[in-house]
Amino acid sequence: MTEVTLTKKDFTSDQEVKWCPGCGDYSILSTVQSYLPELGVPRENVVFISGIGCSSRFPYYLDTYGMHSIHGRAPTIASGLAISRPDLSIFVITGDGDSLSIGGNHLIHALRRNVNIKILLFNNRIYGLTKGQYSPTSEQGKVTKSTPLGSLDTPFNPVSLAIGAEASFVARSIDSDRKHLTEVLRAASAHKGSALIEIYQNCPIFNDGAFDTVKDNETKDGALLKMVHGEPIKSATHGLVHAGSSLKLVELGSVAESELVVHDVHNPDPSYAFALSRFSNSKLDHVPVGIFRDVERAEYGSQVNGQISDIIAAQGAGDLETLLTSGDTWDVA
Amino acid sequence: MGKPVVSLDQVTIRFAGDSGDGMQLTGDRFTMDTASLGNDLSTLPNYPAEIRAPQGTFAGVSSFQLHFADHLIQTPGDAPDILVAMNPAALMANIKDLPRGATIIVDQDEFTTRNLSKVGYEANPLEDGSLDSYKVHAVGLTSLTVAALSGLSLSRKEAERSKNMFALGLLSWMYHRPTEATESFLKAKFGKKPEILAANLLAYKTGWNYGETTEDFAVSYEIAPAKMPAGKYRNISGNTALAHGLIAASQLSGLKLFLGSYPITPASDILHELSKHKKFGVITFQAEDEIAAIGAALGAAYGGALGITATSGPGLALKGETIGLGVMLELPLIIIDVQRGGPSTGLPTKTEQADLLQAMYGRNGESPVVVLAPSTPSDCFAIALEAARIATTYRVPVMILSDGYIANGSEPWKIPSMSELPDLHVEFAKTQEDFLPYLRDTKTLARPWAIPGTKGLEHRIGGVEKADKTGAISYDPMNHDLMVRARAAKVAGVEIPELTVDDPKGDADVLLLGWGSTFGPIAAAVESLRANGENIAQAHLRYINPFPKNLGKVLERTQR
Ligand SMILES: Cc1ncc(C[n+]2csc(CCOP(=O)(O)OP(=O)(O)O)c2C)c(N)n1
Ligand code: SF4
Ligand SMILES: [Mg+2]
Repeated sequence: MTEVTLTKKDFTSDQEVKWCPGCGDYSILSTVQSYLPELGVPRENVVFISGIGCSSRFPYYLDTYGMHSIHGRAPTIASGLAISRPDLSIFVITGDGDSLSIGGNHLIHALRRNVNIKILLFNNRIYGLTKGQYSPTSEQGKVTKSTPLGSLDTPFNPVSLAIGAEASFVARSIDSDRKHLTEVLRAASAHKGSALIEIYQNCPIFNDGAFDTVKDNETKDGALLKMVHGEPIKSATHGLVHAGSSLKLVELGSVAESELVVHDVHNPDPSYAFALSRFSNSKLDHVPVGIFRDVERAEYGSQVNGQISDIIAAQGAGDLETLLTSGDTWDVA
Repeated sequence: MGKPVVSLDQVTIRFAGDSGDGMQLTGDRFTMDTASLGNDLSTLPNYPAEIRAPQGTFAGVSSFQLHFADHLIQTPGDAPDILVAMNPAALMANIKDLPRGATIIVDQDEFTTRNLSKVGYEANPLEDGSLDSYKVHAVGLTSLTVAALSGLSLSRKEAERSKNMFALGLLSWMYHRPTEATESFLKAKFGKKPEILAANLLAYKTGWNYGETTEDFAVSYEIAPAKMPAGKYRNISGNTALAHGLIAASQLSGLKLFLGSYPITPASDILHELSKHKKFGVITFQAEDEIAAIGAALGAAYGGALGITATSGPGLALKGETIGLGVMLELPLIIIDVQRGGPSTGLPTKTEQADLLQAMYGRNGESPVVVLAPSTPSDCFAIALEAARIATTYRVPVMILSDGYIANGSEPWKIPSMSELPDLHVEFAKTQEDFLPYLRDTKTLARPWAIPGTKGLEHRIGGVEKADKTGAISYDPMNHDLMVRARAAKVAGVEIPELTVDDPKGDADVLLLGWGSTFGPIAAAVESLRANGENIAQAHLRYINPFPKNLGKVLERTQR
């Protein structure tokens, strides 16, 4: 077989992209299309499965196998596919409503099982497709069509939720930061098991500017706490230090550089990653970005298939005639 | 043996006791020994929804009914000829089903003032004459068992637990059941606990000997083997037959079996049974809910597996949206609904055939699926093969409507030989230029099954309406109309056998038409009407959607 080098163009379908002008989904799409050749997997072995929402139209624009399924259920379909077809590279595309409202149950269970699927959660903190109702990640007090007096619900922090659900890989990136998102995608692909990547995504129509503090040149350096494995966690102005069993935000200069927490993505203790996740509040004045957690844990599909191959190795493959004639049988002449 | 033997042509026995008394096991064993004797038989377990209702109460009564005969029979029987009641609650719960003259065997040790008052007996029915029109055998099942086991180092409580084996031994003597199979069953079950094994074997033997020696039991009974077609037989329940049929379908098609399921009575045993057979490459996935269960099955089907989900009515309600997606994606999918009483939680452990309309229409939009209904426990095997044939040939969701009566009931099944089984071989779409994911086969109207991993066939599918042939998103009303009709035509055109009519004289003026588990009761009714000289025909639908093509003709033939 001759090695063919694939390009971004090979992963781009002929479908016209139909998001609103300026939508953050465009840049995510472009980054993913550019990244896929590097994945090193033949196009036919790549599958994108999405739910319902603006973001979930994503699979149509990629020339791979793809399924635009139903609201919230993509992780279930992807799990069945991943368990029965371990040869495939499977991505789930989902929105904050899709994955955290209607599909919340499936998200946490896929993560705890550690099924080999990479979940890209496009968090625009709003229901885009249904024209702008508040979502489970909208900040409290959000005024939308369905909450004219402001929303009352306490929002989810998707990263905290994923860590609570025993996720083995959790990261956060930003739609417009192509380089950073590519790095995170690379690490997620190398990880065995499920990966959740929260991507802050701007919806210029219904929630414009939701992530401006982490995107605008004037504010972003102070707001982004960059997490790089083996390096101190800090922004331009602040850093993190240990405080008992937790972490504390301090101004740079108020402590010695050597006091700052040196990031360890492989820290087996989930409370470390959880403590990190708590710094991203609704106001987004200090937001950790990068990989929170990347630990090794048995992947579900290979365990399922391992049980099967073990029993076949021990007892031989099943024989239908033996099965049907098993138990108490008798002959009638 | 010195006692007289009476020949009978059929008997219905009901074992009833507390849910902790092991009545299901006792019934199962008696069934197996009866099957191996060659009687035709039919069984019906009946157990409470509570796992452990308070001991000795009405709510905790569990029973097992077995009908066996020297001829072919259709149902587990209506009125028992003999009731084994392990306590007052069991007697009270079952006496109303017993015809006068029936035999009752009770454990008299359990008829204490305390136990009697628990269920509201003001006087002891064994003494107050209220059972005078029955043949009552008051046996100290508990005390006799405990006395027999006194040589073993067991506590009284442990010894008492073997009283069901004493009862089984006694009944086995009464009806001349062979003992070898039950003895080897007990050895396999309790092999690792020698004391418990010894207790069960001893109680079983003592029960047998009690019948043989005590004067209370004057006669024993013989039921000759039924004349059944030659072949190898086993006794099988509906859920086991479905599970084994699905494994057979997987082997015959070469497709990996993937079951996604969420536990629910009375469907869970399908999950349990399939989970035992991993060496057939079977994947069982206990999902977080019914929606995930069917989602995973659909995902596996997309990847080229035989995708199956099994549930009961409330679970089917949750699966509706995903079944609709299966209709739109035109992928093979098998959905099993083991019906139970509804609505809502309804009657989890009781049977009902009330999900027909949900199966047919319980989805948004025009969303036809194939609906099949097994008619007896053993028919579930054949129905599973049919569901797989239709789902994979036509790329369509197929619903199987079983129910609690079929699922837990059992009957002898003539095991098919390997050469009788159908070829279910499936072709996936192969690499080709200008692939059209929704180009239909002219005969079956099925679209190609193009699984991920096939080079050159990369394509996108989804729940949004598809353009004819290309499968691209389409909002065109004319295309929608075309696709709605195509999906309907595909289901309507599924090839199925004609409906056969049982009409011995060929000119019956009344036809009894049924579907699903009513087969046995209807057949039994038809038999008895014919015995009374009525000219009556029977037909039974196993295919609910589409109907057999000759159904209209069949209905026109008779007046009523
Ligand atoms: C069962 C069901 N309920 C409701 C909807 C309507 N619906 C479609 S998308 C959506 C929310 C989408 O929000 P999100 O997941 O955040 O995606 P976004 O559009 O913001 O990318 C809703 C409520 C649906 N399609 N299906
Ligand atoms: S509504 Fe918002 S999220 Fe949806 S496409 Fe438009 S900009 Fe993007
Ligand atoms: Mg959203």
